[in-house]
Amino acid sequence: MDDQSSPKPAIPVTPEKYQKLTEQYTPKPTVIKNVVLAFIVGGIICSIGQIIINLFISLGLARLEASTAATATMIFIGALLTGLGIYDEIGKFAGAGSIVPVTGFANSIVSPAMEFRREGYVMGVGAKLFTVAGPVLVYGIATSIVVGFAYYLLH
Amino acid sequence: MFDMIIPAFLVGGTICVIGQLLMDLTKPSFTPAHVLVSFVSGGAILGALGLYEPLMKIGGAGASIPLSGFGYSLAKGAMEAVEKRGIMGAFSGGVEATAVGIAAAVFFGYLMSVTFKPKG
Repeated sequence: MDDQSSPKPAIPVTPEKYQKLTEQYTPKPTVIKNVVLAFIVGGIICSIGQIIINLFISLGLARLEASTAATATMIFIGALLTGLGIYDEIGKFAGAGSIVPVTGFANSIVSPAMEFRREGYVMGVGAKLFTVAGPVLVYGIATSIVVGFAYYLLH
Repeated sequence: MFDMIIPAFLVGGTICVIGQLLMDLTKPSFTPAHVLVSFVSGGAILGALGLYEPLMKIGGAGASIPLSGFGYSLAKGAMEAVEKRGIMGAFSGGVEATAVGIAAAVFFGYLMSVTFKPKG
């Protein structure tokens, strides 16, 4: 909202002074609080994932299958909670605790797609689903191919 | 039923703390998207070096639910497919191993995006 034509403020504040004042009034980064919250929320989300894995194992799935099914279930839960507007409330205080788990990946898919639905189902929803998932798949898959190549050459 | 829950909590929580520190200490250049991208690639590289496997054993879901676990699966899939099919496996293995997750993300993501309206 910067308007070039608006009159210059008449208060005697030099840019240097302004910077000092900003630093003074900006709340100190609450790194420790953020870290604790990320640990607790991230831990809880992974614990829920573990409960789901255990549930699938008790239903007769092998460990790897159960782990894959639990990841898909967590993606479903993350997407649903984003749709309901609940996940963003968690994200406000949990930071990386809600971003790093796969539920956060689901959140990064649903959030922009929902937001841009008015731009249509192809360039709105269809394209925006991949706002963050796109880069994740690009770098993830590319890395896996490089790893595969290296493994081929070394073995 | 409650096997492995405490290890999952501790390992998962610690991995999230690494993400939080990356964001807080490099503000504002490191966005959530950067965190997700670096965790996928980081997990794949650690997986390739054999350093992520122990975390999976110790932490269970604590290592598989964070996005670094997705990267680990990609790398592990690529290496296992190279064993079976040679060089083509380098291309097919990663996506094959993570197909369920990718398809679930696309399908559930689409479903929720067209079902719900954004708040506010």
